[in-house]
Amino acid sequence: MDQDTRTEASRALLDALRARQPIQPLSESYPGINIDDAYEIQLIGVRTEIESGRVVRGHKVGLTSQAMQTMLGVHEPDYGHLFDNMFFPEGSSVSIELFLQPRVEIEVAFVLGERLAGPGVTVADVLRATDFVCPSIEIIDSRIVDWKITLADTIADNGSSAGVVLGGRRTRLDGLDLRTIGTVLRRNGSIVETGASGAVLGNPANAVAWLANKVAAFGVALEPGHVILPGACTRAVDVEGGDVFRADFDGLGHVSIAFPREATE
Amino acid sequence: MTNLTDLVDRLAAAESNRQPISPLTDYHPGLSVDEAYEVEDQLIERRISRGEKVVGAKVGLTSKAKQHRMGVDVPIFGWLTDAMQLSTEEPLQTDVLLHPRVEPEIAFVLSETLSGPEITAHDVLDATRWVCGGLEVIDSRYEDFRFRLPDVVADNTSAARFSLGNLRVPPDRLELDMLGVLLEHGSKIVASAAGAAVLGHPAAAAACLANHLGNRGRALEAGWVVLTGGLTDAVPLAAGSHVTATFAHLGTVAIHSCL
Repeated sequence: MDQDTRTEASRALLDALRARQPIQPLSESYPGINIDDAYEIQLIGVRTEIESGRVVRGHKVGLTSQAMQTMLGVHEPDYGHLFDNMFFPEGSSVSIELFLQPRVEIEVAFVLGERLAGPGVTVADVLRATDFVCPSIEIIDSRIVDWKITLADTIADNGSSAGVVLGGRRTRLDGLDLRTIGTVLRRNGSIVETGASGAVLGNPANAVAWLANKVAAFGVALEPGHVILPGACTRAVDVEGGDVFRADFDGLGHVSIAFPREATE
Repeated sequence: MTNLTDLVDRLAAAESNRQPISPLTDYHPGLSVDEAYEVEDQLIERRISRGEKVVGAKVGLTSKAKQHRMGVDVPIFGWLTDAMQLSTEEPLQTDVLLHPRVEPEIAFVLSETLSGPEITAHDVLDATRWVCGGLEVIDSRYEDFRFRLPDVVADNTSAARFSLGNLRVPPDRLELDMLGVLLEHGSKIVASAAGAAVLGHPAAAAACLANHLGNRGRALEAGWVVLTGGLTDAVPLAAGSHVTATFAHLGTVAIHSCL
């Protein structure tokens, strides 16, 4: 794809986001699209958002489970950017109308105390650089109709990211086994998913190291204070208007979010 | 009324010949769940007469997903004998099984007898000496694991083998519903879960079992093992595979199958 075509694809995705009207898969509209094109399209979108005043506050890693990688026929994760306007306070009500076809996932969020600049970032570097972890719910959404995504589609679409709810309780890594933190997701009081933190590449710190090295190829580093969502501990769950989700994390606390049908003031 | 002895014969033969059979309900559509529990009891009586000893009991169909697939809203219950227990590091002989699968479970070892009905999860915790991680090998005697509810009950809920972890922890300070588990097949992570996957809490699953037995005039005996139900989907266990469950606070349990 040439740069003009990538810009056109990026604009189509941003228009879909603003109008909340999904578009056909880019992999159908631009059959030649490859992974490099897709990341370039994402970065054009990021520059557009920054020009309109948004600030990058972190990244998300996606496709970290064996099941998701098998489903999309890929062998590595992908990532997207988290902007300041994507963070919702815990316990808040967020109108479902803000999204197109939202889903939620539960993740152990990492908050960095030190800069991580790849290449060559190791898990040891991640453990040293992490200030604390906290409970989180990630809201994912696709600007592609019916979630008919290929790897290129979701990468171009900013990793299908849409929102983050962080729990306010922070936990240092000392003594924490990042592989076996049990997680339970409830929708309207009923258990819908359970998992453990090691579902993310064996250890979510692996996902943060992968991210630091991946973004280095684009001249980007992970900055102090950045929030990293390393990937989901469970399957993603569809959100319907009126749903209230609560995610519990063994030893880390919990976080919740409500999706009323109408905006509440 | 179905001739139950004939059904017991068929299931026993399927196991000893390693020849899976079609579901009993295909030709006995009227087989009730109560009758199926009778078949299960008779199968265990035969094992006892061969010298095996009942060492515990198990809960199955504990997840909403599995219950939904079977079109039921209740768990099911089976028996465990000493011949089913693998000792630590004992390799699993898959050549005597039909099509084994493995799932991680939280196991209770009881210090007191629990006689239902009206046993609660708290009663279970009071009567528990310790909790440990476990792996259960299930092996349906039916073709392709295809069965209806009475079939799987009659088949002793697919029970085949089980292995318990050596790290044994009193339940007092464990939040069992939040306890995470990671299931690895070879070097691949195939599933993860938390204890809440079984009826909201493993002790609640054990309480269901005690109450089920109470209604049938039986009890969970002191010293018995209770397997509280698969926390994840069961993973097929081919010959020569290595499966490990890593539990928060309870260490690891592994099964290797012989080539």
